[in-house]
Amino acid sequence: MERDDLIVNDSYALNAHHSEEEGAKIRRNTWKVTGILTLLTTIEVIMGIYFKRSEAFSWTMIKWTFIILTLVKAAYIVLVFMHLGDERGNLKKAVLAPYMLFIAYLLFIAITEGFGHLGNFNAFH
Amino acid sequence: MGGESTKVISKEVLWGGGQSPFSVSYGKMMMWYFLVSDALTFGGLLTAYGFVRASSTDPWPIGEQAFRSLPFIEGEYPLIYVALMTFILIVSSVTMVLAVEAGHRNDKSGVVKWLGLTIIGGFFFLGSQAWEWSHYIHGSGGSFLLNESVEVTSDDGQTFSLNKGDAVYMDHHFGHLAEPWIEGEPEVSLVESDHGVKLVELGAHPHEVELHSLTLNKYINNESHVSGDDAMKLWNARSESFSFGANMHVNEYASQQAYANFFFFITGFHGFHVFSGVVINIIIFIMAYRGVFERRKHYEMVEKIGLYWHFVDLVWVFVFTFFYLI
Repeated sequence: MERDDLIVNDSYALNAHHSEEEGAKIRRNTWKVTGILTLLTTIEVIMGIYFKRSEAFSWTMIKWTFIILTLVKAAYIVLVFMHLGDERGNLKKAVLAPYMLFIAYLLFIAITEGFGHLGNFNAFH
Repeated sequence: MGGESTKVISKEVLWGGGQSPFSVSYGKMMMWYFLVSDALTFGGLLTAYGFVRASSTDPWPIGEQAFRSLPFIEGEYPLIYVALMTFILIVSSVTMVLAVEAGHRNDKSGVVKWLGLTIIGGFFFLGSQAWEWSHYIHGSGGSFLLNESVEVTSDDGQTFSLNKGDAVYMDHHFGHLAEPWIEGEPEVSLVESDHGVKLVELGAHPHEVELHSLTLNKYINNESHVSGDDAMKLWNARSESFSFGANMHVNEYASQQAYANFFFFITGFHGFHVFSGVVINIIIFIMAYRGVFERRKHYEMVEKIGLYWHFVDLVWVFVFTFFYLI
C-alpha cells in the first residue's frame, strides 16, 4: 500500500513547517488561549456554586450563559488548538456543516416534541 | 504560520486531480472525519440525557449537590473536584499544542518533552476519574426510604410533611456502619437508649457512631438537616429499603435509575476515550523518541494524535456543562 505520510514528491502540500520566530508567536497565542479557557471555566464553576436554582426565570438565563460560555470554549479549542482555523475553507465546511444540520435537527425535534411539558411546567425544571 | 487558509490555489488546479483539494494528507483528513462521527455519538448521548431528564417526573439530582467531595479532605466543596479535572485536561491539551508546535520546527527533544507531559496529564485525569467513580459508587452515607408519613421540623425551622417512599439521608459516619449492619454482619449492632440510637462495631477496630442528624432533599435542591427527636421520628419510620452509593440497579442519588446510568455511560465512554488516547500518545511518544519522525522529516503523526487528544478535551467541556453544571 502506498503511504501518503512519506514525502516522495509534491503530491500533497505539507508546508506545516515554521521557523523559530513564528513558533514563538504561536506559543504566545497558545498561552493566551489557555488563560481564556481557564478564566471561562472558573467563571462557570463560580456561577455553578453561587447561583441556586430556585427561580425558574433566572436559572434559565444562567443555563444559557453556561451554554454560550461552553460554545466559546469549544470554538477556541477547535479553531486554535486543533488548528481548524488555519485550514482551507472547504475542510472547515466539511467538518462544521454536519453540526449545523445536527443542531437544526435538535432544535426542530425539541420544538415539535417539546411542547408537551407546557401543560405542567413546574414538574420539569 | 497562517496555515493552508492563506494559500491561494486556483480552482482548476485544486480540483484537477493529483493533489488533495483540502491541502491535507489522507490520514489527517480521515482523523477529522472520524472525529466528526465520534462527536455525533457524544452528541447523541448528551441529547438522550437531555430528553430523558426533561421527561422525567422524578426529581433529578443537581451537580453541585451530588459532586462536592474532595479526596483526603473533610467538608463540602461543590464542583471543585470536577473543575480540577477540567483544568488537568485543558493543561494536557496545551502541552499537546506545544508538542505539535515543536514538531513543526522538527525539534525532536521538544516533541518528546511536551508529549511526555501530555501523557502524564492523561494519567492524572484517569486517576481523578477513577477516584470519582469510586466515590460515586460508594456514596456518602446512603439513604433509606420512609415506611409511613411523618411530619418533622428541620434545624432551620422549616416543616416537612413526608410521605411513604420519600428518601432520608444519613451522614457518612453513620452510613459507614449502617451498611454492614443492614447486611447483617455480626460485629455491628444497633443500640437504642433514651438518648437516641447508636451503631456499635466490635472486632479489630471497635467504635460507635451516634445518630446525630439526618438530611432531607440531599441531592435535589436546598438540603435540610433534621436532628434530635425529629431525627428519631424519621429513623423510627424507616422501611427496609436502604441504598448505599450507586450501581446499575439502585442508587442513593435519585428515585429513578436513569441519572446514575447516564453518569456511568457518559463519563465512562469519555474515560475510555481518554484511556485509548493515552495509549496512542505513548506509542507516538516511543516512535518520536526513537527518531522515526526525524527520519521521516516531518511530525505529522503528532499532529494527527493531537487532533484526537484535543477532541477528548472538547468532549469533556460539553460533558462538564451538560452533566455537572446544568
